[in-house]
Amino acid sequence: MQRTITEKILAAHALEGEVAPGAIATIRPDVVLLNDVSGPLAFSQFAAMGATRVFDPERIVLVADHFAPAKDVESAEQLRLTARFAEQYGLRHHYGPGRGGIEHTLIAELGLVGHGDIVFGADSHTCTAGAFNALGIGFGSSDLAAALATGRLWLRVPATIRVELTGRPGRFVSGKDVILELIRRIGSDGALDAALEFGGPGVAALPMDARMAVANMAVEGGADWCVFEGDATSLSDMPARGMAPRPPVLADAGAVYARRIAIDLDALQPVVARPPSPANGASVEELAGTRVDQVYVGNCANGTITDLRQVAEVLRGRQVARHVRMVVVPATQRIWRQALAEGLLDIFAEAGAAVSAPTCGACFGGHMGILAAGEVALATTNRNYRGRMGHPDSAVYLANAWVAAAAAVAGEIVPPEQVMGNAAGGIA
Amino acid sequence: MSIAGRVHRVGDHVDTDVILPGRYLTLRDQAALGMRCFEGLDPGFAARIAPGDILAAGRNFGCGSSREHAVLALRGAGIAAVVAESAARIFFRNAINLALPVIVAPEAARALAAGEAAEIDIAVGVIRQGGREWRFPPFQGEVAAIIAAGGLAARVRATLASGAAPGG
Repeated sequence: MQRTITEKILAAHALEGEVAPGAIATIRPDVVLLNDVSGPLAFSQFAAMGATRVFDPERIVLVADHFAPAKDVESAEQLRLTARFAEQYGLRHHYGPGRGGIEHTLIAELGLVGHGDIVFGADSHTCTAGAFNALGIGFGSSDLAAALATGRLWLRVPATIRVELTGRPGRFVSGKDVILELIRRIGSDGALDAALEFGGPGVAALPMDARMAVANMAVEGGADWCVFEGDATSLSDMPARGMAPRPPVLADAGAVYARRIAIDLDALQPVVARPPSPANGASVEELAGTRVDQVYVGNCANGTITDLRQVAEVLRGRQVARHVRMVVVPATQRIWRQALAEGLLDIFAEAGAAVSAPTCGACFGGHMGILAAGEVALATTNRNYRGRMGHPDSAVYLANAWVAAAAAVAGEIVPPEQVMGNAAGGIA
Repeated sequence: MSIAGRVHRVGDHVDTDVILPGRYLTLRDQAALGMRCFEGLDPGFAARIAPGDILAAGRNFGCGSSREHAVLALRGAGIAAVVAESAARIFFRNAINLALPVIVAPEAARALAAGEAAEIDIAVGVIRQGGREWRFPPFQGEVAAIIAAGGLAARVRATLASGAAPGG
């Protein structure tokens, strides 16, 4: 049988059942990932299951990222429960403030996910792992409690939607625009009960950070998960992250797809998603002049060193507009330190931006940049649902880091070239 | 298993952030979460729900964040079943795992009248309201087993205790 990447990776991890679209299979993960919000609920379910040991203390990763550093007594308790579970079961991987960062960026950086792997994560953005030719499968806390105890979960095998990428992104166009354009076309449930597969010659034009930005928002299109074709870039990226390289998993030539979608990167322009849906993509020109109160750069989609360099390119020698609050959140401690070493943090500070420690922070309305009633934010995050970053009557626009930084300087949504001029520069 | 209650309606693409806003993710108690249910969409919602009520929803219900707190909030508010045109995968699993039936029945989800009483027979697969009736395929396989056990925790507990290979 000719198979998609998803079907091949599932088949390599299947303990029971048939790996064919619509069938039920029992799958074992390579990594099980929980955070300080999903973890504590899972730990109480784990106890309710009567479990007394975890399936493998080497394969479980606990990350304090949502309310880390703790913002109040209740969140401090959740961090304490997370640390206690790690200690009680002798887990190898537990990362708190100052040592880790945002879970999805962190597991990649730590070399815990590579070609052909499966991550079970109690977080919907576990799909970020798709960038690495792996399946990142999001679940809730009860499912992951079962995974902690048994090292397996049942799944309905999805059909695959193939996204064929061609061309190269131009100036001020990044991975963010690829995924916002895809979701604009297919809608918030366009990939419901399906897996996305990104392939084609355009993949080579996307560095790993750009692929992470694309993969991160697969769930915003309703997908079960997504997976990129592996290539020379992802192969050489594995040893760079401390992993032994292994061949990528590729689709068979005759694999069956539920649907095929083509995206021409040459023709792509920056996309801004209007509130309250990531599927509300529009051009920067259509939204030009929209005043912003806050610009937020960070989260598991776009808090990479690539994003921070793009922001610094715009902010160097410029100032954040007087009425704008700008918050920059490097996704991990390592990215934070690299930004420090490259002088980026100083550029942000000098421009008038607040730089935070790594955290999920205000992206999910947790802390570190919450919006008041009536306020408008432009963010490099992945969700602009009603009230996502604060008051139900606040609004969030989603865009790439260049568009975000340009809006911070102009105080409103503007094409980046209006702030930057048309000087040549890197892509993605 | 039979459910009877008044119907409340929400629209398409209702995400788990509006079901339970992120700032309440430090709560874990079902009753406390129930008081915040739909606070981001309709602050009076939780107060209007009586235990056993039914939520009728449009497409892609429960999309977005994997927070299981959203299911706890619905249950805490008193919702006993959700009838939707379609549901997001993670939300569907979370609800089943906490024994909250989510029934994907597009015609019923569109037709159920808000404010009126309705009945659902989960085992037979039928929804009734005011003389009208909609059929749906009863839960099967692992989903049926989890619902029958009263949730995933009870299901896994029984499996672990029996020493059998866990399917959960």
